[in-house]
Amino acid sequence: MAEPAIRLERLVKRYGEGPAAVEALKGVDMAVYPGEVVGLIGPSGSGKTTLLKCLGAVIEPTAGRMVLGSETIFDDGWKVRDLRALRRDRIGFIFQAPYLIPFLDATDNVALLPMLAGRSDGEARARALEVLGALDVAHRAAARIAELSGGEQQRVSIARALANKPPIVLADEPTAPLDSERALTVVRILNRLATEYHAAIIVVTHDEKIIPTFRRIYRIRDGRTVEEPGEGRPLD
Amino acid sequence: MINLAVRDVAHGIGRYVATAVGLGLLIGVTLTMGGVYRGMSDDARAFLRATGADVWVVQQHTLGPFAEASTLHDDAWRSIRGLPGVAAVGNATFLTTQVRYGERWVRVMVLGFEPGRPGEPGYLVDGRPVTRSHYEAVADVQTGFRLGERVRIRRNEYTVVGLTRRMVSQAGDPMMFIPLRDAQEAQFLKDNEAIVNDRARLAANPRVNRPGVPGVLEAVGELQTSNRSVNAVLVRVAPGADPAEVAANIKRWKRLQAFTSTEMEEILVGTLIERSARQIGLFLAILALVSVAIVAFIIYTMTLGKLKEIAVLKLIGTRNRTIAAMILQEALGLGVIGFLIGRISATLWGPLFPRHVLLLVEDSARGFGVTMVACVLASLVGIRMALRVDPAEAIGG
Ligand SMILES: Nc1ncnc2c1ncn2[C@@H]1O[C@H](COP(=O)(O)OP(=O)(O)OP(=O)(O)O)[C@@H](O)[C@H]1O
Ligand SMILES: [Mg+2]
Repeated sequence: MAEPAIRLERLVKRYGEGPAAVEALKGVDMAVYPGEVVGLIGPSGSGKTTLLKCLGAVIEPTAGRMVLGSETIFDDGWKVRDLRALRRDRIGFIFQAPYLIPFLDATDNVALLPMLAGRSDGEARARALEVLGALDVAHRAAARIAELSGGEQQRVSIARALANKPPIVLADEPTAPLDSERALTVVRILNRLATEYHAAIIVVTHDEKIIPTFRRIYRIRDGRTVEEPGEGRPLD
Repeated sequence: MINLAVRDVAHGIGRYVATAVGLGLLIGVTLTMGGVYRGMSDDARAFLRATGADVWVVQQHTLGPFAEASTLHDDAWRSIRGLPGVAAVGNATFLTTQVRYGERWVRVMVLGFEPGRPGEPGYLVDGRPVTRSHYEAVADVQTGFRLGERVRIRRNEYTVVGLTRRMVSQAGDPMMFIPLRDAQEAQFLKDNEAIVNDRARLAANPRVNRPGVPGVLEAVGELQTSNRSVNAVLVRVAPGADPAEVAANIKRWKRLQAFTSTEMEEILVGTLIERSARQIGLFLAILALVSVAIVAFIIYTMTLGKLKEIAVLKLIGTRNRTIAAMILQEALGLGVIGFLIGRISATLWGPLFPRHVLLLVEDSARGFGVTMVACVLASLVGIRMALRVDPAEAIGG
C-alpha cells in the first residue's frame, strides 16, 4: 500500500497537570491512507474530539509522533512553525453544523480558503465553483448563506473543507442532525470526494446509520485506539 | 482577498447605518457646541470691531463696562483728545435692555454714540445714518426691526432709520445705536415717580429748602436729575500711532483706565467667555466619552455575535491580523460615516440656533481626528475579545 496520508504513533494528550491531570489519549496509533474514509468511534468521553483536535493542529499533543505524508509534523513537540498555514493548506474541517460565514455568499465562503493561501480572487473563485460543482451546489453559488437549505449549507461547508485540496479532511459528527437518507448522502459524497481528491477522510461519529458503511474503523476506548474492519456496506 | 469588514457591514447594513446615524447626531451636537463657543468669541470680536475703537478708556480700577460697572464723566474725552496719537474720541454708553416692539419684547444692547465719532455704526446694509440728535435709531437686522418702524426704549420711542448686520453684543444680543443724549437719559435718568419723590424729600429738607433762599432747592434738584455719565470713551488712534502707547499715556496722565482693543478682546473672551468655554469643554469631553462608549459597545456586540465565525476563520487559517483589521475597519467606518453625518447636520441645524454658530475647518479637522482615535480605542475591546477566541472552539466537544 502507498504511504499513509497521516500516521500517528503512541500519541498522548494530557489535560492539566499533577494529580488532577486527565490523560485523554494514552498512546494512539493510527494510519489513514489517501482516498479512504475511516470511522472514528467510541463512547462519550473516550477522547474522539481530543484526537480530532490533535489531528487538526488546534491543540498540542503531550507526546508521540504525527507524520503528515512524509513530513513529521509532531515529535514530542511541533516540528512545523506555522500551524495556521498547516491547517489552512493541508487539513480540511467539516463540523456538525455548517458554521459558514453568514456575511459571505456560498462562493466566497469556499473561495476564502484559497484566498487565505495567497491565490488571486479570480483563481480562488474558479476553484470554489469547481468544488461547489463537485458537490452539486454550483447553482447556489451566488446565494447568501441564510437563503440556503440545511443540506445545501452542509454541502457548501464540505466544499470549503476541500477548497485547498488538503490531503486530510477531519469531519466531526457531520451527520448527527440529519435523517438517515441525508446522512447516507453525505457519506456517499465523502466517499466520492476521497477518491476524486485523494484525501484521507476521518469521520468522528456516533451515528449508527452510517457506521456500517466504513470499510475500516478505529474504535477508541479509554484513550487507546483499536483498528477494526468495518462492514463496508455498499452505498448503491 | 475579500474585505471581510465591508462584507460584514453590508450584511448588517441597517443596524450599522442606524448606529452611524446615532453617533453622527452626537458628533453633530459636539461640533455645534464647539461652534457655539467659536461664535461667542467671534461675536465678541465683531462687537469690538463694530465700535471702531482702538483704545477703550474706562473708569479707573475697572475692567470696563462689560466686566463691571464703569462710569466716567462725559467731559473726560476733552482731556484725552489732546494727547499725542489720538485721532478721534467719542463718548459711549452701553445698556442691555428690553425693547418693546409691537407685541413682543426684544433683548438688545443699546449703544449711545455721538454722530461722526468712534462708536457710530459703520457699514449700513439699508437705510441711512442717524441725522437728528434725538429719537432716531440704527438697529441690527437680527433685532427683526424694519426701516421706518417705531420701537420703545424705556420712556421714549425711536424710529429705525438704518440697519446693520452682524453687530451683536459680547453676549450675542443684537445691537441698537441711538444718540448719546437719549441713551444717557435712558440709562441714567430716574423715572418720574422717583423724581417727584426726590423733589418732595428735598422740599421737606430744611437745610436745602430754606425760607428766603429759593434758588438752592432748584439747583440741587437739577443736579439730581442731570445725566452726565458715560460708560467708556472710545479712542481712534492716528495712522501710524501705537494704540498701546496711547493707552499707556492715558493711564499715566489721567485718572483713568485704558485698554487697547486687543486687551479688551482678551477681557471679553478671556474672562467673560472663559467660563462658558470651560463649560463647553466639559460638555465636549463628556460627549467624546459617550461616543467612545457607543462605538465600543456596538463593536463589542458586533464582535460578540461573530465569535463562532471568528473561531472558524481562525481554524481555517485566517491571521489574527486579518481579523483585527476587520474589526478596526468596521469601527473606523462607523467613525467616518458618523462624522460626515455629524458635520452635515451641524451645518444644517446651525442657523436655527439663536446665537451665531461658527463651524471652523480646523475644529472639524480636530473633531475628525478625535473621532478616529475614539474609534480605534473603541475597537480595542472587540479586537481583544476576538484575539482571545480559541480556534479549537470551532470544533466543539
Ligand atoms: N479542555 C479540557 N480540559 C480537561 N479535560 C478535558 C478537556 N477536554 C476534554 N477533556 C477530557 O478528556 C476526555 C476526552 O474528552 P473528549 O472531548 O475527547 O471526548 P469525546 O470522545 O469527544 O466525547 P463525546 O462523545 O462526549 O464528545 C474526557 O474525560 C474529558 O473530560
Ligand atoms: Mg466529542
